[in-house]
Amino acid sequence: MIRERLGKELLFFDGGMGTLLQAKGLAPGELPETWNITRPDVIQEIHRSYIEAGSDIILTNTFGANALKFHDDACSLEEIVRTAVSHVKEAIAGTCGAEDRTDAGADSGTGSGTCRRVYTALDIGPTGKLLAPMGDLGFEEAYEAFRQVMVWGEEAGADLIHIETMSDTYELKAAVLAAKEHTSLPVFATAIYDGRGKLLTGADVPSVVALLEGLGADAIGINCGMGPEQMMPLLKEYLKYSSLPVIVKPNAGLPVQRDGRTCYDVTPEGFAQQMREIAETGACVIGGCCGTTPEHIRRMTEACRGMSPVPVTEKEYTVVSSYGQSVFLGTGSKIIGERINPTGKKRLKQALKEHDLDYLLREGITQQDRGAHILDVNVGLPDIDEPKLMKEVVQELQSVTSLPLQIDTVDASAMEAALRIYNGKAMVNSVSGKQESMDSVFPLIRRYGGVVIGLTLDEDGIPADADGRIRIAENIIREAAKYGIKKKDIVIDALAMTISSEPEGAKVTLETLKRLREEVGVNTVLGVSNISFGLPRRPVINAAFYTMAMMNGLSAGIINPASEDMMRAWYAYHALMALDANCGNYIERFGNTAPSDGPDADAGASWTGERAGGTSAAGTGAACSQQVSLRECIEKGLREDAAIRTREMLRDQEPLAVIDSELIPALDHVGVGFEQGTVFLPQLLMSAEAAKSAFAVLKEQMAAGDRVQEKAGTVLLATVKGDIHDIGKNIVKVLLENYSFDVLDLGKDVPPEDIVDAVKEKDIRLVGLSALMTTTVVSMEETIRMLREQAPGCRVMVGGAVLNQDYADMIGADFYGKDAMQSVRYAQEVFRV
Amino acid sequence: MERRLREAVRYLGYGKNTADERTCGIIREAYRQLEETAEPKSICRVFGMEQKAEGRIKAGPLEITSRNLGNNLRGCVKLVVFGATLGIGVDRLIKRTSVVDMSRAVILQACAAVLLEEYCDRVQAEAGNELEKEGLFLRPRFSPGYGDFDIRYQEPIMQVLDCAKTIGLTLTEGYMMTPSKSVTAVIGAGPFRKNCPTAGCEACGKTDCAYRR
Repeated sequence: MIRERLGKELLFFDGGMGTLLQAKGLAPGELPETWNITRPDVIQEIHRSYIEAGSDIILTNTFGANALKFHDDACSLEEIVRTAVSHVKEAIAGTCGAEDRTDAGADSGTGSGTCRRVYTALDIGPTGKLLAPMGDLGFEEAYEAFRQVMVWGEEAGADLIHIETMSDTYELKAAVLAAKEHTSLPVFATAIYDGRGKLLTGADVPSVVALLEGLGADAIGINCGMGPEQMMPLLKEYLKYSSLPVIVKPNAGLPVQRDGRTCYDVTPEGFAQQMREIAETGACVIGGCCGTTPEHIRRMTEACRGMSPVPVTEKEYTVVSSYGQSVFLGTGSKIIGERINPTGKKRLKQALKEHDLDYLLREGITQQDRGAHILDVNVGLPDIDEPKLMKEVVQELQSVTSLPLQIDTVDASAMEAALRIYNGKAMVNSVSGKQESMDSVFPLIRRYGGVVIGLTLDEDGIPADADGRIRIAENIIREAAKYGIKKKDIVIDALAMTISSEPEGAKVTLETLKRLREEVGVNTVLGVSNISFGLPRRPVINAAFYTMAMMNGLSAGIINPASEDMMRAWYAYHALMALDANCGNYIERFGNTAPSDGPDADAGASWTGERAGGTSAAGTGAACSQQVSLRECIEKGLREDAAIRTREMLRDQEPLAVIDSELIPALDHVGVGFEQGTVFLPQLLMSAEAAKSAFAVLKEQMAAGDRVQEKAGTVLLATVKGDIHDIGKNIVKVLLENYSFDVLDLGKDVPPEDIVDAVKEKDIRLVGLSALMTTTVVSMEETIRMLREQAPGCRVMVGGAVLNQDYADMIGADFYGKDAMQSVRYAQEVFRV
Repeated sequence: MERRLREAVRYLGYGKNTADERTCGIIREAYRQLEETAEPKSICRVFGMEQKAEGRIKAGPLEITSRNLGNNLRGCVKLVVFGATLGIGVDRLIKRTSVVDMSRAVILQACAAVLLEEYCDRVQAEAGNELEKEGLFLRPRFSPGYGDFDIRYQEPIMQVLDCAKTIGLTLTEGYMMTPSKSVTAVIGAGPFRKNCPTAGCEACGKTDCAYRR
């Protein structure tokens, strides 16, 4: 088996296929894989020449062979894949006549034509589609496309699967998962990086390494995109983080365009020399990609013959990742934002019940802006389909934040649903020392990867002393090892117990933290604020305890990053412990702030750093003065001032009175201005956002008094199937909500059936559909047709860049909204507001 | 910056009106954010081309039927096939912003469109300089979706350029480009310098357009 040889000896891949096929007459645009059927002689000849050049691993001609690229049925995909495998195997047999020789005693030979063991690698390239949520290809669809080809490949006799040229971690995950779940073959996986050393979708090397190690790949690395010279820095990064053997397959230099052709300029001699350096640096499996020829490979194998690879070593980093970034635990203390968790949060519970995901997304974004490194996600409520909601929230959060997520649930099926579709290597909250918990959680970590939090409690409860908690931690680590889960992928929660009932609680927790780091050598985590439960002025205790915990080795604290006290403690600790170079972060955070110790210091504090909606020099905030009425705040689009003024007004006015006297006149004024062409879209939306912030305050107040605002009616909004641009629909949504309509937002790329089902189930009277392009207006028409059949009472308004009145009439819409205000007016007409 | 500001204001539907100072401030901030986030990438391939009959164009592996494009390419001997994108980070930024502040999201959207046009102009100018050495001059860029040049030609164009791999540009089933701030186009090159504007607006027949310069 190739697994036994991996990392122990230098193994050679073959080189380019496409360039050779073009030389043999493959037309541009022609699918190279069809030649498996039409020109088998040419394909086998190329394989043979690579075997003779010294390659140990030959790739099948299946790079683009997947159902997403082969959608016309001109040739059978299955036949293409099966013959591709047999071409390699025949070439091997024809060259050595000893394809079935055992590995035992096989030496790597001295050159071409000897009977060394040569392996058939099923080549898997990307689908050429972008996965949702940014694109329209579903994760499971991509998975299915890969699975199909991999199963055929294994049946036909491939020895391993090589997934390559992946530029998106999500697609990479789908492919590796399909290989691991449906074949028993070794999995090699390589990605293509751009000049910045990142994947096209943003991941850096540690994120890719963390993802692939978590999924159980056998060897990982880099291919395509650049030449050997440019790959050297990337290789070094791989070697720094990877505990797996590293593969390097460069192009023959950077591509150059000549006369409509792509050319590569590194000569076989130059390539061989550079590949020798790459092997000396630590790559264990080397080969070539675009532009490399059998001659490049022959020179390479000759130059490297007899070299033994640099030994692969186990790296001890604890890393969680997302599609775009990696977070290391162990140095300093990381912040895990705790706000997306309904426990004790009335407003969040309401949002979950109302399926108001935007509220959750805003909580996520706010925590990121305030300094969180990881976001905890818990959506557990009674009477909620937790697996479904968890999956949805994780996916949505990953479309607005690149922070790694911490999947927080006691429901194993919700945990699995989330881990499966999570883009990256997640943090998992949690497993405990109870056998039942370990039996259900560890198999998921083994399958999907992840860094898991181990709670120091077991069947006998929470030990009162540090010894007991350490024992449980060690037991968790031991049990995890049975699943192949390493200590570096476990973070132990020392458990904070409130000092109001456990006088020694804090001391025990701190001792446990210290000993976990020093004696057990494992990373640690705490839900910090539990310590003060039942006490007044909790932030006072929390912040002090937080500092003490960090001092005793807290790798990550689960805290509220919006708490000024906690963040002060965090910044101060890192500055004091020389974990903040030149106190840079501290100064950036506090350099321009005035001292403020009042109880309201937290509220409305403005923050620097990444933000999308906060204040800015040209933004809101500064204009607030006693003279500005709420109505003016809204007309001018001052969102923070609008919230503050609303709060002030609620001291002596009823919420409904505020709506009638201030909000409605302001919105009307702006709306009419927009219709008359004196107010423009950005201003209209600024006012809408200001009104929204006022409504949020009112909603809070009314929820506290168990009252609800009477709604004008429910409008269903959707961007139609095939259409993934939803900004227009979202503009309409903001305005409709301002005008007291409930909006049921089905999102983008929504199939007609889903819209019809929702209309029938919720008895919807008005549907708003959006489409951007002529190609998707077809789905709009189809949706309208189905609505007419199945929900004849429902009215339909349409809008979008490509539409006009004629077009809207043609597809049978009731109303065409040229802009968002017109949609509001029509909704008012339908509901006679 | 002033030109960019004017362009963004135009895309935001102000027509001949000017935007207030606060909106201008947000536009400037949006450009700053986009400069940080955008990862512009482009790819060109040049093919010899011929126009067999009126509106029937053949260039390398591409065969296109479009009367409007045919007019645009009259007299051309080469065709630059072109793809460019600002990258997926811009989509993420707009999506993220739309959750917290819709007005900023539409401003980002407009500014990204301006930056994309600017970037395409730059890449086109570079390609033009190369071709001028051969005595060829570029026509205005022409994209699928203009006039009768069917939007579905995006697919073969992207195939020829191997866009998914080279610049990370992909197509959905509904022929939408992802990342969304992207352009595919063809640009003709002929032996005569034609006196035509390189930018799109003035060349367009839709004179009552709200977004016209």
